Amino acid sequence: MWQLLQIELLKIFRKPRTYISFGAIALMVIIIQIALKFDGKSYIEFIVGGLKDSLDIPYTNILNGYFVCFIILNLLLIHIPLLIALVAGDSIAGEANMGTLRLLVSKPISRTGLMLAKFMAAVIYTALLLVWLAFIALLLSILLFGTNDILIARNDALEIIRSNDVMWRYLAAFAFATLALTTVAALAFLLSVFAENSIGPIVSTISIVIIFTILSEMQIPLYDRTIKPFLFTSHMLAWKGFFYSKIDAGGSSIPGTIENIRAIGKSSLILLLYIIGFVSTAIFVFNKKDILS
Amino acid sequence: MIKIIIVKTSFLIYIFLFLQMNALCAQDPAKLMKQIEDKLEKINDYEADAKLKTEISFMKVPDARVKIFYKKPDKIKIKNETGISLVPKETVSISLYSLVKSPYQALDAGNDMVQEIPVRIIKLLPSDENVELVLATLYIDTRRMLVLKAKTTTRENGTNEVELYYGQFLSIGLPDKIVFSFNTQDFKLPKGVTFDYDDGSAKKKTAETVKNQRGKIEITYLSYSINKGLADGLFK
Repeated sequence: MWQLLQIELLKIFRKPRTYISFGAIALMVIIIQIALKFDGKSYIEFIVGGLKDSLDIPYTNILNGYFVCFIILNLLLIHIPLLIALVAGDSIAGEANMGTLRLLVSKPISRTGLMLAKFMAAVIYTALLLVWLAFIALLLSILLFGTNDILIARNDALEIIRSNDVMWRYLAAFAFATLALTTVAALAFLLSVFAENSIGPIVSTISIVIIFTILSEMQIPLYDRTIKPFLFTSHMLAWKGFFYSKIDAGGSSIPGTIENIRAIGKSSLILLLYIIGFVSTAIFVFNKKDILS
Repeated sequence: MIKIIIVKTSFLIYIFLFLQMNALCAQDPAKLMKQIEDKLEKINDYEADAKLKTEISFMKVPDARVKIFYKKPDKIKIKNETGISLVPKETVSISLYSLVKSPYQALDAGNDMVQEIPVRIIKLLPSDENVELVLATLYIDTRRMLVLKAKTTTRENGTNEVELYYGQFLSIGLPDKIVFSFNTQDFKLPKGVTFDYDDGSAKKKTAETVKNQRGKIEITYLSYSINKGLADGLFK
């Protein structure tokens, strides 16, 4: 199994397209960092809106590495699924397209083992992409902007978290993001089983993620009550839950707490069920499939 | 006969004392304000360590340690040197000196109780119609010559209120704690910008936000360093 995984990883990292994702992330992060370095005040003014008339806003302190990283994750974690689909959608369909799939399954290895190795390779790629994102978005932002307390803007609230209470939240958020993006990888992996070339599963995965994200964010009561709780895209945002604190009776936030840990646990469970469902279906279909290419 | 004279004299003395007491209690508001001004005059500047608690319905902020700088007549700066604190811009109410020093007409508005202490209510009407301040109401403990509460109405920011609690720093005439209430605006960002995680508690929070549009900050002073001379650059 380990040998299979190594081969699959080698296949992924020998393709130039794999590095497009790393390059694209670096480029997007640096563009955002440059923009905030030169005009971060305007962005903060947009966030605080009319409050700047009544409150003394410490712009320089707010614009720090933790804040910049949160903005980057907020903007990018919506789009990174597209980069995940690029590799995961190619894992089976790419082999079918090149005509190597039939050769591969004719080897003395189980199809289930092969599928698991391919999926594990996609998961490792996803994790590495997030490690790269963490490195460039968090560490580079800290180097460029320094550290301070973080201001979190929500739809109807602002929250301040002390700087010594931030890092563990980022670690938890990145761990959760790995789970969330693994769900996308599992979806692309499943769709890859049905296709003979990688364009189909990549575009299908991107389309599903876009449609589900729109449904998650539309705030239409009919969808909010019925579909939204079951869409994996609604739960992919749970990484932000690590940045929401509990409040005490006096209204002050309590350092080291999470507002709704149960909701995050529920979201994790739902995403895990999605992953198991997608991968099991992919293995089941692949095991039954006549490999003709 | 002598007994009647003694009774009459006692009665007259009693009446005289009663009138004197009343006159003392109901002293001229301008004189009372002058006494308050004289007391506040003694503090040229201070640097204080304090604990800041922020209560705004749409904000979740942990308590913070801050430094407060004050310089006569109206310079005040609240600095969180280790983090971020959002404090109201309208801190004129905290600077009582700037209130009592500006030209005004003082009017007696009766008596009341604040913090279970009897107080005289003095309303200050600015002499200059063009200033930002419209009306200030001071609740004065005449026994200790302390302002326990002040309400200020400004053209831009409506009515703000500050309540001052005295204790260990009474000897220097400065409060141990002040509670500053002010108007806040509603806060709303498009969901398409924030991409909030809906954990099921959002609707409850929205209802609370709509209900309460008053903010409150509570400053508990831990130490003062007075009249050491503060540079103007600190207040930029």
